[in-house]
Amino acid sequence: MTKMKRIEINCETGVESIIELTDAEVAEMTYAAELAAEKKAEEDAKAASDATAKAALLVKLGITADEAKLLLA
Amino acid sequence: MANTFELISSSTAGAGGVASFTFTSIPSTYTDLVLKLSVRSNRATTQDTFKVTLNSITSGYSFKRVYGDGATAASDGSTGDATMTVGYSAGNSATASTFGNVELYIPNYAGSNYKSVSTDGVGENNGTTAYAGLFASLSANTAAITSITIEGGTSATLLQYSSAYLYGVKNS
Repeated sequence: MTKMKRIEINCETGVESIIELTDAEVAEMTYAAELAAEKKAEEDAKAASDATAKAALLVKLGITADEAKLLLA
Repeated sequence: MANTFELISSSTAGAGGVASFTFTSIPSTYTDLVLKLSVRSNRATTQDTFKVTLNSITSGYSFKRVYGDGATAASDGSTGDATMTVGYSAGNSATASTFGNVELYIPNYAGSNYKSVSTDGVGENNGTTAYAGLFASLSANTAAITSITIEGGTSATLLQYSSAYLYGVKNS
């Protein structure tokens, strides 16, 4: 399997080097990406939960979202 | 006012994409630097941010930003970061074959004060949600900037054809 690469450009010489990531760098990158995916999943779940709670509250109050906005204005 | 604007170096990601672009041995002969990015990451969202590291230093970064997603505008920030957050670019759920456009302006990069960076970026997405943001970032480090690394904000791969162009600006 091809390893992920990084590009390094020496501005003095103009030489561009394409360097394979080390195993440690790949592991670090994978871990950071997993953390970010987990965080996004949590944020999405919270947004969905908030929307459900908001809709339930509107039903309980017997008003629409626009009417709720009017009340809070 | 700048009266010279020169390309220092540039690079484009090949097949398979790259984890990062790093510009090293940046000459100190300019007044300011401008970094222009055209990037799409493999993150499964319409937008992504970047992590920028100056001189390989992994502390002392902070930012404030204002941003909008097509429906809502907001602002926030962060301090004590290990990298500088800038944005926005396109994620891999953005319209196919589109790339985010980002410009970083780095004034007085060779001086001995803290380094400020102004960033203007858009995610580019032909849909309801498309992010645009203005970032004001600071590196609480005083050394002249000789290297800049750009990587995906969530360690995502920067996809093929993503590019980075570094320009030097002189005021004389």
